[in-house]
Amino acid sequence: MKQRSRILRKSFNYLASGVAGFSAALGLMVLGWILITVLSKGLAAYNTNFFSRLPTPPGMAGGGLANAILGTLLLTVLAGLMGIPLGLLAGIYLSEFGLNRRFAQSVRFLTNILMGTPSIIIGIFVYTFLVAPLGHFSAYSGAVALAIMMLPVVARTTEDMLQMVPKELRESALALGAPRWRTTLQVIFRSAKSGLLTGVLLAVARVSGETAPLLFTALNSPYWPSGLNQPVANLTVTIFNYAMSPYPDWQRMAWGASLLITLSVLALMLVSRLALIERKVKP
Amino acid sequence: MKIFQEESTQNRSDAVFKLITLTGAVILLLIIVALFVQLIKSSGLSLKTFGWSFLWSNVWDPIRQQFGAASSIYGTLVSTAIAMMLAVPLSIFIAMFLVELAPPVFSRWIGTGIELLAAMPSIIYGMWGLFVFAPFMAKYIQPFLKNIFGNSVLFQGPPIGIGMLTAGIILTFMILPFITAVTRDVFAMVPAVVKESAYGLGATTWEVTRKVTVRYGIRGIIGGAFLGLGRAIGETMAVTFVIGNSHRIVASLFAPANSITATLANEFAEASEPLYLSALIELGLVLFVITFLIQAGAHIWLQRVRKSVGVQ
Amino acid sequence: MKFWIYAFVIALVLALVLTSCSSGGKSAKNTVINGAGATFPYPIYARWAHKYQKQSGVRLNYQAIGSGGGIAQIKAKTVDFGASDAPLKPQDLQASGLIQFPMIVGGVVPVINLPGIQPGKLKLTPQLLADLYLGKITEWNDAAIRAVNPHLKLPDLAVTTVHRADGSGTTWIFTNYLSKVSTQWKEKVGFGKAPSWPHANAVAGKGNEGVAVYVKKVNGAIGYVEFAYAVQNQMNYVRLQNAAGNFVAPTIKTFQAAAANADWQNAPGFYLVLTDQPGNDSWPITGASFILMYKKQKNAVVAKRVLAFFDWAYKHGQQMAIDLHYVPMPQKTVQLVEDTWTKEIRADGKPVWP
Repeated sequence: MKQRSRILRKSFNYLASGVAGFSAALGLMVLGWILITVLSKGLAAYNTNFFSRLPTPPGMAGGGLANAILGTLLLTVLAGLMGIPLGLLAGIYLSEFGLNRRFAQSVRFLTNILMGTPSIIIGIFVYTFLVAPLGHFSAYSGAVALAIMMLPVVARTTEDMLQMVPKELRESALALGAPRWRTTLQVIFRSAKSGLLTGVLLAVARVSGETAPLLFTALNSPYWPSGLNQPVANLTVTIFNYAMSPYPDWQRMAWGASLLITLSVLALMLVSRLALIERKVKP
Repeated sequence: MKIFQEESTQNRSDAVFKLITLTGAVILLLIIVALFVQLIKSSGLSLKTFGWSFLWSNVWDPIRQQFGAASSIYGTLVSTAIAMMLAVPLSIFIAMFLVELAPPVFSRWIGTGIELLAAMPSIIYGMWGLFVFAPFMAKYIQPFLKNIFGNSVLFQGPPIGIGMLTAGIILTFMILPFITAVTRDVFAMVPAVVKESAYGLGATTWEVTRKVTVRYGIRGIIGGAFLGLGRAIGETMAVTFVIGNSHRIVASLFAPANSITATLANEFAEASEPLYLSALIELGLVLFVITFLIQAGAHIWLQRVRKSVGVQ
Repeated sequence: MKFWIYAFVIALVLALVLTSCSSGGKSAKNTVINGAGATFPYPIYARWAHKYQKQSGVRLNYQAIGSGGGIAQIKAKTVDFGASDAPLKPQDLQASGLIQFPMIVGGVVPVINLPGIQPGKLKLTPQLLADLYLGKITEWNDAAIRAVNPHLKLPDLAVTTVHRADGSGTTWIFTNYLSKVSTQWKEKVGFGKAPSWPHANAVAGKGNEGVAVYVKKVNGAIGYVEFAYAVQNQMNYVRLQNAAGNFVAPTIKTFQAAAANADWQNAPGFYLVLTDQPGNDSWPITGASFILMYKKQKNAVVAKRVLAFFDWAYKHGQQMAIDLHYVPMPQKTVQLVEDTWTKEIRADGKPVWP
């Protein structure tokens, strides 16, 4: 080792520690900056109209984003209905049946690929696959795009959580004569419940804040959701459209929508964390 | 068929159960395959018309129906490179702070705070970037950089706030939590024995970090970097708002640029000519292939890490 | 406890799906007409839609995704009508089975962000405008600009040009004008919805809105927007020299002067460009915004519903248009258009209108 004076080494250490502390502070500062911006600008948009009225043309006061709030809920729920069961099934397969077979390995690999695929590519895929051939934008094509995003996340976390359940539990259930499905659904699930819930909530949180997959599928609408076959209003595309508009009232509503999404995502994260903590506490 | 061979007592119900769950896995597989196939099919026209030159042609002219991906690819690569060059060192320092320097209680809260950055939807980053950060860049950071590096070709042009550099910095903040989480776990996994022997020899915290921890966990850190890289390359909303949407390749970081994702977000809904649409989808295919290669690379890398560390 | 949570969630899910499905049942679903396209006329279409819904219950869902988007989506048949400021040539119309008709006329206005200069004070000649966008003039206090504005104190700022990121009819109108007044522009760039912009320091925004936002944010920026956006956003507009040599400001009067020259009667397929019109008071960058619909309609009821909205807008929406600084179509042209509807638009072989 090079012989350097203690003082030099110590000062390097202080410098590095300072940089480290500064980096952490920088990260927190950016977080705080963003949160404060979204909070202050978003709260400025909140009044009863925001949550109960439909949007008005630019320049007319009194509009709200009630339809977009409803639309995002609708899309997220629909996506969940499609993506969560399929993801659970795939995760169960990988964990319980597919341990080391080549097929399972490739499914695992491709699940990671799908998870890392940019969301706009998924939106384009659903556009060419569903929207163009059928001839219209629709809520269900938006939901399909979101479901495709949820699928690999749920599958991965399901597999991970189920794998964490000790083998003994599985084997004792099987030894007692329980069929596979009973073992999985009633015994293993019960043990991994909070972990599974975490995975599902995280997938929902991630998907509810997505914009790109909805740009070419669910589009947007200034009216109440009127059926799954029609474009549907949603918060994220609305933010995209309103943010780039030059109208102050629309920009304010874009911030309001941003705050709403941020709060829901944070709330979902918090709930999923609590679920995990509960798990750790239980013996 | 192997599916129906089960070693438990209720053969049939087990086989059925296995089949049902297999369906889930197969659907997952089919979706990815369909995605790839559809992308290739829909970019067929553009593939035939432009061939390989699509990748390095800088012309993006919807009027004359000439398309080349170079400006979009360039923007994607440069903005991602900026993000990686800033985020990886930052995350090493933050991990060092969290694991070595901060008291544990502090460390947990700060760690959670950094993770919250990851939970923010990307459109929030876009909004904040356009309305708050870009003006900040224009007013303070860009003039400051111009003062110091005035003559460098990297900082030419007026400080308009939006552009390649701003997009790169916003990406940094977006991928920072991912890389930091992995790096912190890597740091924490270094066996205490190794670190303590270094401390015992009189090394300072920084020296331990640099020569022992990072070296020990370099593979894991690279895995985390891959994760961040994949995220940065595919990011749409944050980049679209602040990159300036200009189909040119310019050396200056202050200049507006374009990325594959921003081009797609802006132009996809309006490609009225089949060749235009096909060219855009081919652009999407290029992005898909790039992310695929990164994921595959990360996968292979992590396999080797696992083998060398002995984890099953 | 957990059971009730699950039950609640499932009930919520079912309620959501059922309400949206049933309200999307026969009645509500069929009274939505879907359109997409130009951002240029969006402010007036939104006003009309709002008023029309109150009167008739029919809702217009218009997505302002740019003229290029309007053309793309109507060609892909994902909407009931498309809207574009860039008219399709008669051959294109024939080939795709579409008809187009003008809905409204408006002005495209250069807007600037120059601290210290009052709105409407800066004068530009066509050549200067072209040179700014060509990148030949790079500073605002350039001698050429000062020559035309001897009494203004122009700041020492770099020029940043803002244009459209999306396929835009507004761009089409603007570049059409530049091609008419500058041979260099015509050769180097041409006109269209998404040309290859030559200026190195050029930023692109999405929609008229995006351009307005960027011009407001960047000092020394110049962009072009439909006039309603300039007004609603209180932007600094420019006075342009028209074909007659006069520097005119963008107002409803100068737009009307330019539109008065429009000879719709003799324009096959209503293909007419209103840039650089003669007349002392004409605003040089005026253009019409068009609606695109299929000649062969699948559903006569839906087609009639769409045409009924446009008919209402022609007849009852004029004052609203003028309030927003658009020029409504004159009675003679409306008659011409509606005659074309009767002649061209059919469902099952029978005319849909009246």
